[in-house]
Amino acid sequence: MQEPDKLLRRDVVAHILADRGDILVVTGLGSPTYDCAAAGDHALNFYLWGAMGSACTVGLGLALAQPRRRVLVVTGDGELLMGLGALATIGAKSPDNLAIAVIDNERYGETGMQRTHTSAGVDLAGIARAAGFRQTATVRQLTELEGAIPILHTAKGPVLVVLKVSAARDPLVLPTWDGPFLKARFRQALLGAKAA
Amino acid sequence: MEWPDQIFQKLCEAEISQVVYVPDAGHARLIELCHQANDIKSTVLTTEEEGIGVLAGAWLGGERGVLLMQSSGVGNCINTLSLAKVCGFPLVMIVTMRGQWGEANPWQVPMGQITAENLRLAGAVVYEVNEANMAAPAVEAAARIAFSGGLTAAVLLSQRMIGTKLFKD
Repeated sequence: MQEPDKLLRRDVVAHILADRGDILVVTGLGSPTYDCAAAGDHALNFYLWGAMGSACTVGLGLALAQPRRRVLVVTGDGELLMGLGALATIGAKSPDNLAIAVIDNERYGETGMQRTHTSAGVDLAGIARAAGFRQTATVRQLTELEGAIPILHTAKGPVLVVLKVSAARDPLVLPTWDGPFLKARFRQALLGAKAA
Repeated sequence: MEWPDQIFQKLCEAEISQVVYVPDAGHARLIELCHQANDIKSTVLTTEEEGIGVLAGAWLGGERGVLLMQSSGVGNCINTLSLAKVCGFPLVMIVTMRGQWGEANPWQVPMGQITAENLRLAGAVVYEVNEANMAAPAVEAAARIAFSGGLTAAVLLSQRMIGTKLFKD
């Protein structure tokens, strides 16, 4: 699929994670999980491979448990749409350390590139704003991406940035789907060797 | 001490710091106690399966939590329970029952009648409680097996125990 003006998801995610510091990352199933793995596997990445609609809620629980650490959820439009209520829950709870990056290709990438509601104009940043998020943005151009990084990394949360990307498919980069391993690795990296 | 206060005491003993819930009349007292506790973060959910994600995130961040709901919410949770099961996240669910003994509203019956079976099919350890004096011990047991073993454990508080909603002012 040729969309020369559109942002490329792998570039966008690599850029967001390039200077991640001690940020804790939760990824939504499908391409965002692969994008984050492609940007470089990390013990403080928790990859979801299922439980569609749960990326934001896992991020919320983590943000509440670790109020001094930045928590970044990287998920897709389809995954987020399955759990839209979570935006209301996050807006009401208002954790100031939680950021959500929505890699929005307006498609269900895992199931044959069927269109999602965002292709019909459903505005996820608008929904987040109406739910009480402190800052939101929609990024379409490379020139806007630079301004979105500080929102995701340091702005007072909750924040949500929609990154409109090309629907082009990338080569699969698959992290492990061994859930107990991912959980134990994350906890040990965050909480120390005794945690598992 | 009434059973909700006894359950609350067990939650404190289990070092619970996050309580997530969709309200139910049967949980009203326990929810009130959790909101009053300074060292517990209480989060209202729009739908019950959100709680499974929140508590998985809490565990990743080093905190323990419990999920409070009514039995109708168990049906909302089924696919998301795979998150807890496949990763071995501890998950304690305290469920007040509808659609059982003495129910007046037929709309509550279909889910209430299959709640325990659904939870078992999804891999949960299920403790069904019919007597008020067994509520707190069941919560203690559920917390033990969930947090020591990384399992899902559900305590079902029966309608006979918590009383029946009769739709009268």
